[in-house]
Amino acid sequence: MKSTDTKSTKKLTMRAKTFFRSPARITLFIAGIFFIISFVELLTGATDISSPGTSGATLRLATPLLMAGLGGLWAERAGVINIGLEGMMIVGTWTAAWFGYLHGPYVGILAAAVFGLASGLFHAILTVKIGIDQAVSGLAINLIAAGAARYLSGIFFPPVGGDRTVSPPVESMPKFNIPFVAPFFKSIDEKEIFLVSNVSGLIYGVTTDLSVMTVALLLLVPLTSWILWRSKFGLRMRFCGENPMAAESLGINVYRTRYIAISISGMFASLGGAYLAIVASSVYREGQTGGRGFIGLATVIFGNWRPSGVFAGSILFGFTDALRLRQSESVMALIMVVGIASLLLAIFYSVSRNWKLGGTYFAMALFALWINQRVEVIPQEFVTAFPYFATLIVLTLLAQRLTPPAMVGLPFKRGSE
Amino acid sequence: MTKSRVFWAVVAPTAAIFTSLLFTYIILKIRGVDPIEMFRLMISYGFDPRNLVSELNQTVAYYMAGVAAAIGFKMLLFNIGIDGQYRMGAFFGAVVGAAVSLPPILHVLVIILTAMLAGGAWAAIAGYLKVRRGVSEVISNIMLNFIAAALIAFLLSPSIFGILPEGTQVLQTRSIPASGRMPTIKAFDGEIYTFLFLAIFVGVSYWIMLNKTVFGFNLRATGLSFRAARSSGVNAPGMIFVTTVLSGAIAGLVGIGTLLSDTHNYSMAFPSGYAFTGLALALLGRNHPVGIFFAAFLWSFLERTAPVLEFEGVPPEIIIVLQGTIVLSIVVAYELVSRINLRQQQRAVGSVSAEVIDKDSKSVKETK
Repeated sequence: MKSTDTKSTKKLTMRAKTFFRSPARITLFIAGIFFIISFVELLTGATDISSPGTSGATLRLATPLLMAGLGGLWAERAGVINIGLEGMMIVGTWTAAWFGYLHGPYVGILAAAVFGLASGLFHAILTVKIGIDQAVSGLAINLIAAGAARYLSGIFFPPVGGDRTVSPPVESMPKFNIPFVAPFFKSIDEKEIFLVSNVSGLIYGVTTDLSVMTVALLLLVPLTSWILWRSKFGLRMRFCGENPMAAESLGINVYRTRYIAISISGMFASLGGAYLAIVASSVYREGQTGGRGFIGLATVIFGNWRPSGVFAGSILFGFTDALRLRQSESVMALIMVVGIASLLLAIFYSVSRNWKLGGTYFAMALFALWINQRVEVIPQEFVTAFPYFATLIVLTLLAQRLTPPAMVGLPFKRGSE
Repeated sequence: MTKSRVFWAVVAPTAAIFTSLLFTYIILKIRGVDPIEMFRLMISYGFDPRNLVSELNQTVAYYMAGVAAAIGFKMLLFNIGIDGQYRMGAFFGAVVGAAVSLPPILHVLVIILTAMLAGGAWAAIAGYLKVRRGVSEVISNIMLNFIAAALIAFLLSPSIFGILPEGTQVLQTRSIPASGRMPTIKAFDGEIYTFLFLAIFVGVSYWIMLNKTVFGFNLRATGLSFRAARSSGVNAPGMIFVTTVLSGAIAGLVGIGTLLSDTHNYSMAFPSGYAFTGLALALLGRNHPVGIFFAAFLWSFLERTAPVLEFEGVPPEIIIVLQGTIVLSIVVAYELVSRINLRQQQRAVGSVSAEVIDKDSKSVKETK
């Protein structure tokens, strides 16, 4: 009895795995979710989940998170945890705003990249060369960056028309619509056909008013993916994260690899900060990063240390943030979507006789229904804390399935065993 | 051997503070003010009796955070969740304190115990995740800090525990009645919180617990080597869990001095950022109760005297940079010192074994 039981679950997980491997089926899955979203929107009248405005805002809010997440990914794949992401983002916002004010946005971005690289290198020297605790170094960088930005703002900004906490405005970067695609989907979105219009509204949202920088930064996801899994350097870097002693014994220069990886990590986080200061707004403002560096750290875990996962995580967290800022009723509608989706999954698993999973999803559906009936408005605070909460849940429930680099966070000294 | 250890234990922090001061000296010089004059002003302002009182009160809060971090450090745990634990402690202490009515001393005790329980329970989440799920306490505590902040912001909304007194913009809990307040000692136009004595008590019991009890021995043993402790019969995972909870319980006390002697309610105006401060103080004070006290005093001294800089046109945030630099240089200094010690040990062992080999080869020759 028991053996057949495990066999059937094994078969099921195999089936689930092959299901998610095929691109056609993933498309089908996403289409299914969209069907539910359109259905709920029709039902509740909360039309903001798939409006072009929301998808555009999602992209703008997700990009800084994505950059912080990719930065965290680079450092952690090389075996060093980077808690200083938040500080490095502050470095990016400040330098981008100041140099952007002086010489235009492109110089601002370049400056943010250079100073971010330097801040990453600083973390690398402290943790790799000197070998102090990685968390202490990261926290100290957060503190020093925040203090230095405030100190320098107090000196530099007031004389040139800024404030002690706000920089003078930076010239904005050019924006463009993708030709043919954007107008085509716009026309469909306006016709209000069930399902089709929702999808086209979303596509229209992400293809209009695109900043050049958004596109450039999004391209870093496939680039990171390619470097990590297709290039010689990426293989060495992952080796340094999994087993630095073995890597060293095979002649890889662990120190140098880590130096490069952590510097790039700092540069990415700083570019995320530059995006906040130049594209998302046009000034540096104190506290602008607002914990995004830590959310970036969360997306790394949420995305299971993969670029595509980090991308998905930052889109999800950016999406909840966009909903919070735009229309709080949509959060309620989203809970309804989750409820219906888990009900469908419960039925699917019950049909294939996996009672455990089926029961779990059924309980989730009931919980969503209960919230929907009982709670009037989801408090803002819960939506703000959603990324942290989701990550903690993933860590609690799926800890066994996560595959972090084996030696992340542990000190390594050249010639040690 | 021990002599050189004590020597380095004093030299390393001194050198670190000196380096940081030098760094600040250069920055002030660039800004165009006279650094020596500046330091002199800060010292005379900071040691003014009236300011000393408020520095002492702040020192006590920092001291609790430092001890909480130190307990974690002894177990190689990086309790970065002090911020969340302190918030939970202060908030639930305030809520429970305002809700119950008890005779004076008992009331205070109930509040303190509630704060410890709340802080400990919040830390227990991280402890459970660490022991049972293998989740790094650094990551889980960062998440828990943000969740605690959001949870308390939610619980402070007027429909639940919060009230919004007329004429203010800050949400707060109901005030604790007079029976649940701690007296203050009047000194130099200021009021010293009597929570100071509790802090001293915590410091002393921390030292006794660590050095004179079996529990403390097990704790240190597990911190030094998880495997060795486990194979000699210590319930090492259990120790990790208990230590985390203990550290959280102490962290829950951070805001209690202010709560019971000054504000009598928890509000959004309670400061944050204790997590890093606590860790920094434990590092600076080498996890020793007296060392942490001096470190905490240094911290609150710097913060109290920062406004002096502003009169001279220097943004006071330079103090934050100075604090960060102190921490970094202290950690680097300890790392370098431990390397020097290691090299000396290796050399000592090397010379002894060389002598032994020499003797051996001689005796072998003689027998031939």
